[in-house]
Amino acid sequence: MDATVPDHRADRSFASPSDAELTRLVADLGVALGPDRARSDPLELALYARDAGVASGRAAAVCFPRTTAEVAAAVQTARRHGRPFLGRGSGTGLAGGATPVDDPVVIVTTQMNRVLEVDVDERFAWVEPGVLNLDLTRAVAHLGLHYAPDPSSQQACSIGGNVATNAGGPHCLLYGTTQAHVLAAEVVLPDGTVTVLGGLSPDQPGYDLRGVFVGSEGTMGIATRIAVRLMPDPPALRTLLLDFTDVDAAAATVSGIIADGLVPAALEMMDADITRMVEDFVGAGYPRDAAAVLLVEVDGLTHGVDDAIEIIRRVGTANGARTVRVAADATERNLLWKGRKSAFGAIARIAPNYYLHDTVVPRTRLVEVLRGVYAIADEQRIKVLNVFHAGDGNLHPLLVFDGREPGVMERVHAAGDAIIELSLSVGGVLSGEHGIGLEKRAYMRSQFSPDDLHVQAGMRDAFDPDGFSNPHKVLPAGSRCGDVQSLPEGVWV
Amino acid sequence: MTRVGAVAPALSAAEVAERAREIAASIGSSHGPVVAVGAQTHWEVGGPVPDLEEALVVRAPSGIVAYDPAELTITCGAGTPVAMLDATLAEAGQECPLDPADPAATVGGVLMAGLSGRRRLRWGPLRERLLEARFVTGDGRIVKGGGPTVKNVTGFDVCRLLVGSLGTLGVAVQVTLRCQPRQSVALWTVGPTGVSAADVRRRLFNPSCVASDTQGVHVLFEGHADDIDAELAVSGCTPVVAGPIGPQGPWRGRISVPVTALRAVVDGLDGLDGLDGLGALATSMVPAAGDGVTVAWLAEWGVGTVHVASLSAEGLLAARALAQAHGGWLLREAGRLGPAGPDGAGPSGVGLDDGFGVGLPDPQIQRRLKMAFDPAGRLNPGRIPL
Repeated sequence: MDATVPDHRADRSFASPSDAELTRLVADLGVALGPDRARSDPLELALYARDAGVASGRAAAVCFPRTTAEVAAAVQTARRHGRPFLGRGSGTGLAGGATPVDDPVVIVTTQMNRVLEVDVDERFAWVEPGVLNLDLTRAVAHLGLHYAPDPSSQQACSIGGNVATNAGGPHCLLYGTTQAHVLAAEVVLPDGTVTVLGGLSPDQPGYDLRGVFVGSEGTMGIATRIAVRLMPDPPALRTLLLDFTDVDAAAATVSGIIADGLVPAALEMMDADITRMVEDFVGAGYPRDAAAVLLVEVDGLTHGVDDAIEIIRRVGTANGARTVRVAADATERNLLWKGRKSAFGAIARIAPNYYLHDTVVPRTRLVEVLRGVYAIADEQRIKVLNVFHAGDGNLHPLLVFDGREPGVMERVHAAGDAIIELSLSVGGVLSGEHGIGLEKRAYMRSQFSPDDLHVQAGMRDAFDPDGFSNPHKVLPAGSRCGDVQSLPEGVWV
Repeated sequence: MTRVGAVAPALSAAEVAERAREIAASIGSSHGPVVAVGAQTHWEVGGPVPDLEEALVVRAPSGIVAYDPAELTITCGAGTPVAMLDATLAEAGQECPLDPADPAATVGGVLMAGLSGRRRLRWGPLRERLLEARFVTGDGRIVKGGGPTVKNVTGFDVCRLLVGSLGTLGVAVQVTLRCQPRQSVALWTVGPTGVSAADVRRRLFNPSCVASDTQGVHVLFEGHADDIDAELAVSGCTPVVAGPIGPQGPWRGRISVPVTALRAVVDGLDGLDGLDGLGALATSMVPAAGDGVTVAWLAEWGVGTVHVASLSAEGLLAARALAQAHGGWLLREAGRLGPAGPDGAGPSGVGLDDGFGVGLPDPQIQRRLKMAFDPAGRLNPGRIPL
C-alpha cells in the first residue's frame, strides 16, 4: 500500500483574497444576511481570529446568520467567491478547530440560540446550534430532565460546538460523550445544500452519517438544528470527596472502583497544587494539605446508590484514603462541584498563561503516567497541575507559565510533546474531548498509519469533495501540501 | 441475561496481525466479490448476500486478545462467538450488551449487521460499543479506526461508520468493545392490565426495556434487587413466573420509526386485517399473538423499533408500507428462528428482497464513503443498495 497519505481532493489551500475581492465578498454576504450581520472591520476580525487555544489565524469576513437558510446562503456566497468557510459556536475550543485558516468566511451561530421543541415523554429536544450547553439543561430542569454532556466550559460553550468536537465532561464517564446524545442534526453541507443526518428513528438506512458528522470538527458542514437526547434526573444523587496523602493511592482507587464493578456518574481527580489553589479561590471545602482528591458522583435508584457509596468507601479506604466525605445536601454537593469547575479560573492567580493538554490513557496505567507527567514537567522546569476525568483515563495536564519568560514556550511545547508520546506509548490516544483541530494534526501520524489516515481523508472527501469546509483541520499537514506556508501563528506542530 | 457456556480462547495480537495480512493478500490476489463469513445468523439483514460460489470467502479469527476488567474494555477477534465473549465477561462480573437474537452470532457479524439488542432503551445502541476496529478494506489496506480507550475523539469516527455497514466497508478482523458491570438482578415482568406501555414507562426511572405486543406490556428491570422491588411497586409490573421469559418471536422484519410515531404504527399494525393469518406460526412461536392477527409485532417504547412477523409476504409488505407512511422503514431481521411458511414466504423474508425498501438518505455521500473504503465495490456487493 501507499507509504504516504495521498493527496485528496479536499487537500487544497486557498490564496489570500485581494482587497477588491474582499469588498465584493462582504457586500454579497450583506445582501444575503443584512449588512449589519456581515462584517470585516479589523477589530471584528481580530475577535474571531482564534478560539480558546493558542493558535491564531485570520478571517476574510465574519457573519451572523439567524436561520438555516441564512447559513446556507453564507456558505453559498463564500463558495461563489472562492472562499472557504468555517462554522463557529462560542469559540471555547482548545485545539484550534475554530481558528480560521486560509482567510475563510467565519459563520458564527451564536444568534441561533433557541430551544425549538422539547418532548417530555420521548425525552428529546430540537435546539439551534448557538444554545449554550448549560442553558439547555436550565431550560428543561423544571421537567425533571437534563442534558448529560457537561464540559467544564458549559456556561459558555454551545451545543453546535459540542457537536463539532464531540465534547465530553465529567458526567460522560457513565453517560457517554456528545456522540451518544445527538439523535439528528440538520446540516448545511459544504456544497450549500441542507440535509438532516440521523433522525428520531433508532436507525437510518445505509451508513451512520450522523455518527461521522459528530466530532468532525467543522470539516463536514455546519449543524443548524440538533435533536439531542435528554436524560431523566436521577431519583438519588450523591457526591463524595476522598482525600489522599499520596497521588498513586488516588490513582489506584480510580481503577479499583471500576474493577469492583462500579461505573460512577463522574470520577474526577485533582492533585495537590490545584486542590490548594481551588480551595483558596472558591473555598469549596477541599483539604488544603491533600496530595490528591477524588470527586466521585453516583446516581440512580436509592439502593444501588447506597451500595455504590459503600464500594467507593471500601476501595478508597483500602487504598489509604484519609477521609471519605459524602456531601450532606445539595448545597455541599454544588460547592464541591464549583471547586472542580472553577479549576481553570483559579490558575490565573498563579501564572498568566497556561497550556491545557488532553490525552487519554488506559485507566490502569494512570499511576505510572502521572509519575511520568511530573517527571517531564520537572525536566522542562514547567509547573504542571493535574485536574482531570480520572474515571475514563482522560488526562488534562495543565502547564502553567509566564509567556514573557524567554524560551519558556519551547519548554512548554517540549513538555507537551513528551506527555503526548508518553500517553501513546502506554496505549493511549491523542485526544479525549478537545479534538485535533490544528493543535495535534502532526501527532496524528503517531497514532495512525498512512492507510488509517487514507480512509479518514476519504471520509472527509465524502462530505466535502472540494475542501471548502474548515480547511486544514484534523488530518496531518503532510497530506495537505502548501499548509506549511499558511500555518497560523502559534500553531504547535 | 446470564448465560453459561464456554469462555473464548486466547488469541495473540500476532495471530490477528497474520490473519489480517492473509486476508489483505487474498483480496489483493483475487478479483470479484469478497464476503466475510461469521456464523451466518444475520444474513437476511439488508440486501441479499452474494453468491458464495463466486466470491472470495474470508473469516475473522476468534478469541480474546486482551481483557482487563479494570479497563472495562475487551479486545477480541471479530470472529469470536458472542456466547463465548459473554461467558468470558461473565467470569469477571461484566457484560457487553450486544444481545443478538442468536448468541451463536459472531461479534463482528453483530456489529456489521448493526441491529441493536432488546436492552437498547437503557444501555444505548450497538454503535456506542465499538471503540476500536482493525479491518481490511476493499483495496486490501489493513486499517485501524478509533482507539482502545473508553474515551477518544482522535480523528474521524471510523467505528460508527462501520457499525451497521453490513460488511461493505471492510472485513473486521479485531475489535475493542466497551463493557459494563453485569447487573446483579435481571427480571422480565408484565405490565399491569389496562395501562399502556407509554404510561408504564413514565412511572419508571431507567428500565432496560419497555415493550408491548398484542398481549400486553413487557418490562425488563436490571439492577439492585431492592430497587427493582420498589420499581415494581410504583409501576404495577409483576414478574414472569412461568412460560416464556420476556417477549418472544420469530421476527422477520425490524421497523425503525420516529419515536413520536410509534403509537400510530402500533395502532396501524393492529388494524392490518384481511391478509393471511399467522396460523400455526403465531400460536407456536409467538405466544403474544392471538387468533386472526395478520402481522405479529413487538414494539420497543422509547426506542422506535417494532419487530414484525407474518406468514405471508403480503403481511410484511403491508407492515413496511405502514412504517414508510410514518417516516420509517423496515429492515429484514435475522433469521434461523423457525420453519419456512407454507408458501416459503414469511420466515425467510421473501418479498423484501430489495432489502431496504427506501432510498438511502444523502446517497452521494454514502457512495463516496463506500468508494473511500472499497473503490472497486468488492465487499459484500448488494447488501446495502448504494
